Amino acid sequence: MVRKGLIDRRTGLFLVVLFAVIVLIPLGNLLLAPGTAGHVPGYLLPLLGKYLCFALLAVSLDLVWGYAGILSLGHGAFFALGGYAMGMHLMREIGDRGVYANPVLPDFMVFLSYEKLPWYWHGFDMFWFACLMVLFVPGLLAFVFGWFAFRSRVTGVYLSIITQALTYALMLAFYRNEMGLGGNNGLTDFRDVLGFSLSADSTRIALFVLSGLALAFGIILGRFITGSKFGMVLVGVRDAESRTRFLGYRVEHYKLFVFTVSAMLAGLAGALYVPQVGIINPGEFSPANSIEIVIWVALGGRGTLVGAALGALIVAAAKSWLTANFPEAWLFVLGAAFVLVTIFLPRGVIGLLDGLKPGGRHRHALPQAAPEPAE
Amino acid sequence: MNETQLYLNDVHKSFDGFKAIDGLSLAIARGELRAVVGPNGAGKTTMLDIVTGKTRPDSGRVVWGADTDLTRLDEADCARLGIGRKFQKPTVFETLSVEDNVMLALAGDRGIVAGLRHRRTARQSARIGEVLDIVGLGAERGRLAGALSHGQKQWLEIGKLLAQEPQLLLVDEPAAGMTDHETMRTAELLRTVAGAHSVLVIEHDMDFVRALDCKVTVLNRGSVLAEGSLDHVSANPEVIEVYLGR
Repeated sequence: MVRKGLIDRRTGLFLVVLFAVIVLIPLGNLLLAPGTAGHVPGYLLPLLGKYLCFALLAVSLDLVWGYAGILSLGHGAFFALGGYAMGMHLMREIGDRGVYANPVLPDFMVFLSYEKLPWYWHGFDMFWFACLMVLFVPGLLAFVFGWFAFRSRVTGVYLSIITQALTYALMLAFYRNEMGLGGNNGLTDFRDVLGFSLSADSTRIALFVLSGLALAFGIILGRFITGSKFGMVLVGVRDAESRTRFLGYRVEHYKLFVFTVSAMLAGLAGALYVPQVGIINPGEFSPANSIEIVIWVALGGRGTLVGAALGALIVAAAKSWLTANFPEAWLFVLGAAFVLVTIFLPRGVIGLLDGLKPGGRHRHALPQAAPEPAE
Repeated sequence: MNETQLYLNDVHKSFDGFKAIDGLSLAIARGELRAVVGPNGAGKTTMLDIVTGKTRPDSGRVVWGADTDLTRLDEADCARLGIGRKFQKPTVFETLSVEDNVMLALAGDRGIVAGLRHRRTARQSARIGEVLDIVGLGAERGRLAGALSHGQKQWLEIGKLLAQEPQLLLVDEPAAGMTDHETMRTAELLRTVAGAHSVLVIEHDMDFVRALDCKVTVLNRGSVLAEGSLDHVSANPEVIEVYLGR
């Protein structure tokens, strides 16, 4: 059941390029000998895979911010929770190959003199259970948080502030050793996943391809949701929330649904990110991370999904390059990019690309007008 | 066919000590067209807020049909019962097309699953066309609602109200920003709609109220000052005092 208009031209173009990339990059690693032009060295694969995870995270935020007007400044929390769920599985996978060779307890627990596994670590030795938790834990948090926030009609900056507080509170909680999740250091020293070594190029390729497919899935799911009548109601909520209520729509249910779906997508991104970077620690909950996601989306083009992904890819690539070559300049560049884009490209990079061809404007694009003042 | 559609009895509501509604009682019969007039601050908009579930009264009864208590319901519930409201300031969904604006208002399932599975049927398209023709926006169907003129937005709002097929239409200052000709057309439209639906119109424009040719309720300081035909109430010395004495 493919709905007409599910994939518009721009999304189609992005997906074609994305599929080309997830085919060509692995081929560039496997077929071309090191040293020849076009060879993709193994160390580059996790880096590129990480970018794709960020792009999926940006898409998840765009779904709530771009379409429903929910500016979440805590989406990093859902990403990190998905990451921790996967990290817990990878820790259990290490088994007795850890420094302390304890077959059940991860190293940090042996070091902290744990006698037995905390209850919430049970089940994570099974891959399928971890995968379920990757979606369930962020989804549940979003559902409970959203249930209270949306029912109480918390909107605008107030909602943004409490989402920020949420991720900050989680960061402080995860820093504590008593959480039983590795404290300050988080979870690391992963060896393999499903028996495949994480340092092998073939595993890296698989993770990279999976990240690309997850991004494609996120974009198509997002298009399905936003292209439906449901999506139009969301746009109605974004543009005139109370009017939508007077038409008989339960605004809080609509918001809750899309917020929960978005959190699950963010969790999925986090779960794919962790095995590629090899570590997850409380730093991922830091408010600055969540704000950076907002910058990706704004820079790429809010309310377009593809734009959000593009924004994340551009910023992440620029960050890698700049922090390697001009480490002091990075934050200034990021700040300047955000300010300049907000002023000169209110519809982001996507808006710029659309502007090149006449009549290319997106249907549900945001109004050109200045953003509404906070309530 | 003279059952009561909406019944307010001794309703009170104050905001920080200011009595916006102070012992208001009002009954609208099924199919009735009623105009409500009153000076600024008389409580007209607060009354609509109470009827549509936006504001909860401090005391008093608000009854829908035979025995539904509206004071316990919120906006979405009231809308689903069949109360449609047009705001004073037109609030159309600016980034959606005129057609989609009407589509969202069409009577039907408001649930999430229905929203995700929804496909536009030929019947709905026809109904959208019908509504747009009534309000004279047939040619603007594909345009973004945000690109319409102020008067056209007013018409679109009225179209959305019709598409909703409510039993009671609450219309707050429909003629604001309209030309004389459009104002008369609006009055005519509302007269046509009444009968099949109950209609409550709030308006300042006396020519418009005269064109509605219906029973008029004058509100002042949150309660009813006078009720009757326009000639009857405009001859009332208290009404003259309220309107001219300020």
